[in-house]
Amino acid sequence: MAWVDIRDVHKVYERDTQKVTVLDGLSLQIQEGEFVALMGPSGSGKTTLLNLIGGIDQPTSGDLVVAGTNIAALKGAQLAKWRSATIGYIFQLYNLMPVLTAQQNVELPLMLYKMSGAERKKRASFALELVGLADRSTHYPRQLSGGQEQRVAIARALVSDPKLLLADEPTGDLDRKSGEEILQLLERLNREFKKTIIMVTHDPHAAERAHRLVHLDKGVLTA
Amino acid sequence: MFHLVLVNLFRNKLRTVLTLLSVLVALFLYSSLGAILDTLQAASDSGSRERLATRHAIALTNFLPYSYKQRIAQIPGVKRVCTQVWFGARDPQDRGGFFTQFAVDNDFWPMYKKDIRIVEATKPQVALGVPAGQDPKLAAYLAERPACIVGVGLMKKKNWKLGQTIHLDGTIFPGTWDFVIRGTYDKQPGGTWDNEMLLFRQDYLVEKGLKGNELTGVFKLELNDKSQSAAIARQVDAMFENSDNATKTESEQAFGAGFVSMFGNVPFALRMIGFAVVFTILVISANTMVMSVRERTSEIGVLKTLGFSDGSIFGMIVAEAAIITTGGGLIGALLAKFGLEGKPLAFIPQMVIRWETVFTAIAIAVLLGAVSGFIPAWQASRLRIVDALRRVD
Repeated sequence: MAWVDIRDVHKVYERDTQKVTVLDGLSLQIQEGEFVALMGPSGSGKTTLLNLIGGIDQPTSGDLVVAGTNIAALKGAQLAKWRSATIGYIFQLYNLMPVLTAQQNVELPLMLYKMSGAERKKRASFALELVGLADRSTHYPRQLSGGQEQRVAIARALVSDPKLLLADEPTGDLDRKSGEEILQLLERLNREFKKTIIMVTHDPHAAERAHRLVHLDKGVLTA
Repeated sequence: MFHLVLVNLFRNKLRTVLTLLSVLVALFLYSSLGAILDTLQAASDSGSRERLATRHAIALTNFLPYSYKQRIAQIPGVKRVCTQVWFGARDPQDRGGFFTQFAVDNDFWPMYKKDIRIVEATKPQVALGVPAGQDPKLAAYLAERPACIVGVGLMKKKNWKLGQTIHLDGTIFPGTWDFVIRGTYDKQPGGTWDNEMLLFRQDYLVEKGLKGNELTGVFKLELNDKSQSAAIARQVDAMFENSDNATKTESEQAFGAGFVSMFGNVPFALRMIGFAVVFTILVISANTMVMSVRERTSEIGVLKTLGFSDGSIFGMIVAEAAIITTGGGLIGALLAKFGLEGKPLAFIPQMVIRWETVFTAIAIAVLLGAVSGFIPAWQASRLRIVDALRRVD
């Protein structure tokens, strides 16, 4: 069985009285350790699929098994716990807490675990070191460049050592050089730390870094 | 998690401080209104259930003939009768500094010896004995008509000295009144009177203020058996029922409560104002919290994505609101307790704020936080992650 096993998933949004089908019976399998790029035009359902895999949205129907758990059946606190243990999420706009330093932002996911402050600090420092920002730990997001913010966001995503990293256009808001650094970092996390990565991107250059390219259009796979 | 709550509290310091200040002022006001009620209640509790008070049936301000004293004293079960007249003069040196003055007759002193004791007194110019049952320290007071006895608290406040002649401006009884301080008193442990009064002789009032008319304000009755109080009260009132000056007799405590009831529905109005203030601040505080949370919608989405549960998000937001309101409430209530207690209020020399009032105000502040935080916390906890992340501030 695939590590991410998506079978006949439908996602239908209701907007006023209209029903909008975003995913239409989609099936996809991803193996552990894979680096997959999801591509497609706007509105094709890429981000929706990523959200479903990450357990931050629920399918209208279908089966969605990630790391052996049918997340379509999980609710509320169970799903939150599963997310914190299994998923690291990287947003296009970084979404760091502006009132927290880089170190504190990275520590956030660890607040959900029973561990000492010192242990939390140690792990967050390690994650920041991994992304090359050990010297920026006391800086606030406003004091960092876009590329640095995204690296802090990656450190936050991997600090709790999740098996699956989900990245929603992680280079979409960055210049070419910073974007390249982020892609290299993701490649390294996949290669050295065996993280399974699913990345939504519009950028063919970014998609080339992935092991596999998956195209979506109008809620179905096209390639 | 608590660190996160604190950090969020201070992300907009001005708003947090202003909200805290508004709660502080509201709860200070609430506690102050409560203090007025406490003070009135304390004043009404100051009398004894073991003594009776007889006043004019029509109004407290009407005088009764002093001659009633003998007739009341003859009723079986009445041990002793004394008189008290509210004087209400002002100190020309300190016109805003109200203090209580009573004209009392000589039977007042033995009747109230469980409540007050003479601490210090001047010696009489001529060695005179005092009547049986009187404190020998009252010799100088009893020998001199304009003499007075002053509470030690008032002596300290006014910086008066024993033997000093003081001048007061009469209000009910006009004119300048001179008094010679011939003694000081203090309250007895467990006594119901405070130590900030001036007590002077009834005959001085009769001579100077009542143009020789033997009148008085209130008779106080000490009984042999307090279980007979209701029957004796009825007897006293029946005795004067058909006279020009009918009486109303009740326990001294009920008399005090009746004095307070002259304020009519003021206590009710004060309570209503207090609740209105609290309700207003509840709405303001809730609005502030809603705005504060709304600004952080996408951050809440991120926290949920990271694995924070709906319950923990709910708890954090309620905690934020509770910290602001509890902090403000705590400061406001304690400010009222330590800022107002002991200060004069109208005819009452010292304001009283019971700890129950302070704790009630603090409890209201906690509740305020819970209620004002509930709506935004509930909204945030119910927020779907995809909707939260989609929203652009």
